[in-house]
Amino acid sequence: MEIDPLIFRLSIFILSIFVGYYVVWSVTPSLHTPLMSVTNAISSVIIVGAIIAGLSGNSDTIFNTSSIFGFLAIALAAINIFGGFLVTQRMLAMYKKKKKDK
Amino acid sequence: MISANLSAIFYLISGVLFILALRGLSSPETSRQGNLFGILGMIIAITVTFLSIGNFSNGFVFVLVFILLGGSIGAFIAYRIPMTAMPELVAGFHSLVGLAAVFVAISAFLNPEAFNLGTVGKIKLGSLIEMSIGAAVGAITFSGSIIAFLKLQGIMSGSPITFKGQHPLNAIILISIIILIYLLCSTQSSNLFWILLVTSFLIGFLLIIPIGGADMPVVISMLNSYSGWAAAGIGFTLENTALIITGALVGSSGAILSYIMCKGMNRSFFNVILGGFGATEETSSKSNKEQRPVKSGNADDAAFLMKNASSVIIVPGYGMAVAQAQHALREMVDTLKKNDIKVSYAIHPVAGRMPGHMNVLLAEANVPYDEVFELEEINNDFANADVAFVIGANDVTNPVAKTDPQSPIYGMPVLDVEKCKSVLFVKRSLSPGYAGIDNDLFYKENTLMLFADAKKMTEDITKNL
Repeated sequence: MEIDPLIFRLSIFILSIFVGYYVVWSVTPSLHTPLMSVTNAISSVIIVGAIIAGLSGNSDTIFNTSSIFGFLAIALAAINIFGGFLVTQRMLAMYKKKKKDK
Repeated sequence: MISANLSAIFYLISGVLFILALRGLSSPETSRQGNLFGILGMIIAITVTFLSIGNFSNGFVFVLVFILLGGSIGAFIAYRIPMTAMPELVAGFHSLVGLAAVFVAISAFLNPEAFNLGTVGKIKLGSLIEMSIGAAVGAITFSGSIIAFLKLQGIMSGSPITFKGQHPLNAIILISIIILIYLLCSTQSSNLFWILLVTSFLIGFLLIIPIGGADMPVVISMLNSYSGWAAAGIGFTLENTALIITGALVGSSGAILSYIMCKGMNRSFFNVILGGFGATEETSSKSNKEQRPVKSGNADDAAFLMKNASSVIIVPGYGMAVAQAQHALREMVDTLKKNDIKVSYAIHPVAGRMPGHMNVLLAEANVPYDEVFELEEINNDFANADVAFVIGANDVTNPVAKTDPQSPIYGMPVLDVEKCKSVLFVKRSLSPGYAGIDNDLFYKENTLMLFADAKKMTEDITKNL
């Protein structure tokens, strides 16, 4: 009997939870705020679903109820992607080591 | 148009890049590179989506328009936001992830053909289950984060909002959400889908209103986790590996942060979620809160004490963020260092309104991160330090947590500030902290209270040094 593809996705999901568990425990506590903003940015990869939804209209009607929700989701996810990565960048640039001049 | 197999491999690559992005955060040196991995992963995921659809006809322009529109808003916010407002920003961003998940689910429900999920009214059962879970969690994330945002922003009072029958009501709503998902999957009725969304919005709102301001670190981490699970739910619906991996990563990341925050307060997750903390204890503490003598001083006294010290430990808290005192604080420390006084910073895990809040503020004020220490790293040093300078922190320094089993904060890990030779405590008044209890530290022999605004006082001390 063939294995349902769902099982493969479930395997990826469960293994990723474990990867996430070990990776996040190794994050230094002083970077917990950037951790939250970067997880925010990457979870907006949901934009791939939004793009599919936005392009779901057929050639004569670009805008139907379904695709409008898609376009709105694209805008929301884009705010998060740009905002999340840039604010993380801005924060990380501030973390500096002590100057060894004394 | 590229094949489904090829795009699946690219999605996997972008998932791996996201793992590396989080991995980079294990130290500040590697973190910037990690962030670039994340950006690269996102670019790959978006490009592959375009290529796999392959339909560059009419809608494509609008996709770009909306990406640019959202992107410029996001970039604008990212550059303008002050570092002290980071908790609000993160809560706001979580709400957007939640809402985006809801919108994608709505779109997929209305037009399942576009997603290869079957036809309207005959959506594949598995997909419908995944979709409705994703939509429900997304809706909870959205409304919960909105409440968290309003509380952090101060638009809504930070004190817990409780009413009779709150917990039974929430339990009933949660059970009805599960029943609704079951009914929705068996009938495919679109009415049930909308009812499910509205109910989920409602429960998100109800779950967060009873939780008080200082418990926000747990709430933000929890909503962070939810936004991940919502993304994973949608990832299953769309059969997209990048989304599943990311959802799982973010979900477990938020869960770990919530755990660390709860441990920092010695409270169980459920105790925080059920809320009401800080509102109920008021009556019990009033009885013994009679006038006790405190020693109060001015900037001159504080400067004198510090000038004669050889080592000073600074304990910042949320009050420092409110007063925006981090820059003034660093100037004071610079002056101390010029006088050959050793200075370090002690950060309690729950100081501030989100995990790592104080570290970011200190980094913003150009404090080198190797002078900043976590509770376990520095707690033994208090006994050897001459002066502890507590600025904007309160409950996390309260020795009662170690001595009084009756206290609501008993067992919470606290900074051993009282072991210092002398303690300088900057505070506006003697009012109790968030836990609603008096801080014994105020009345200790070696404590000097400095009643003033944190920023003003720090500047005055610098002048007197």
